[in-house]
Amino acid sequence: MAMKPVTFTLNTEAKAAFTEDGQNLLDFLRRGAGDLSPKYGCGQGTCGACTVLVDGEPHLSCLVLAETVQGRRVETTAGLGQARPHALQEAFMERFAAQCGYCTPGMLMSAKALLDRNPRPSREEVIEAIAGNLCRCTGYEPIIAAILDVAEGRIRA
Amino acid sequence: MAVLVESHATLGDAQRALGSDGTYLGGGTLVMREVNAGALQGRILRTSDPALRQIRPSLDSVEIGAGVTMAMILAERDLAHLHPVARAVGGPQVRVMATVGGNLFAVHPYGDLTVALLALGARVVSAGGAQRPIEDFLRERDRTGLVATVQVPRPREPRGFAFLKVSRVKPKGVSVLSVAAHLPRDGGRLRGVRIAFGAMGPTPLRAQAAERVLEGSALTPDLIARAAAAATDGLDPPTDALASAWYRREVAGVHLRRLLERML
Repeated sequence: MAMKPVTFTLNTEAKAAFTEDGQNLLDFLRRGAGDLSPKYGCGQGTCGACTVLVDGEPHLSCLVLAETVQGRRVETTAGLGQARPHALQEAFMERFAAQCGYCTPGMLMSAKALLDRNPRPSREEVIEAIAGNLCRCTGYEPIIAAILDVAEGRIRA
Repeated sequence: MAVLVESHATLGDAQRALGSDGTYLGGGTLVMREVNAGALQGRILRTSDPALRQIRPSLDSVEIGAGVTMAMILAERDLAHLHPVARAVGGPQVRVMATVGGNLFAVHPYGDLTVALLALGARVVSAGGAQRPIEDFLRERDRTGLVATVQVPRPREPRGFAFLKVSRVKPKGVSVLSVAAHLPRDGGRLRGVRIAFGAMGPTPLRAQAAERVLEGSALTPDLIARAAAAATDGLDPPTDALASAWYRREVAGVHLRRLLERML
């Protein structure tokens, strides 16, 4: 199988790694770049657990061909709050927005993409922003509340 | 056999290299899941041809590149009539990847944008430059080759076009069915009526019986009731995990009526 070099920015760090032909970005991040924060859920773009940001936009990393991130910037949950927890992480803890926790990395990245673009979203905009992320534990309300806590300044990093 | 990815500079190069064994990768939302499942092997072709990502408005239509995503449609004020349609596709992560070109080839339960394009009477321009009405394209899409752009007529008035998607999961779920209607008015009467259903056959299809009821008349609640009664005439909806053919036949007219009532 052909191996192709990919250079990209992972969070704040310049990275170079080899990708196999047809490898998706999720597998490439986890096995090639050693970032285990995006999770494998369904592998078919349904669950959102693998959500990462590519050039600031939320993407399902299981559906992105790894070689297409050449020269681009990828953000994952591992890059959130490296020194201390990010405001969203604080809010998720405060609101018990993670139960089993498997959806949490994807939820955090979808929420970050929203707040980066729209710092004061409405409840409806929050719901729309996480519409591509499934959570089978919380019933979503604690997650929505956590994101609104950050948006409305009740929780800061 | 493994997957072999080829990157081409232009769409034309990709079309020439496609052959009978190649699979073209657009946004990736459909092809990559096949790759992940091991269901698709062999040659995969892609291009980052910037021409594919252009939106070119003109007076009475908009030419949309096959690589334009749902998110790009939502960011384009000139395509406001397609915003409710683009928003009905997937969640935010799917919308930044899913393309107009990919949607034209998407099989049920995907392809909601194509339902709207069919109702608007779009023309599909292939990589070689050939143009054909979207009905013809949909009939032959297994062997049409790659698509370069879609020429989409603009509705003359905002209430002349409407779209509705029916799904069980809100706000993001696949279609039980979708329906779009384009009702141009000429002196109070409907001229050139086009109604399209998704999930009522192997590709998006026009509801020609309902169109015939509306054509040439003024839109009234009584006329809408008669069009709704004819909604599924000539259509053969599928049974699948989302709904049975019987259910689709029962509810198609109800949803068509609700859609047309918004256009009164």
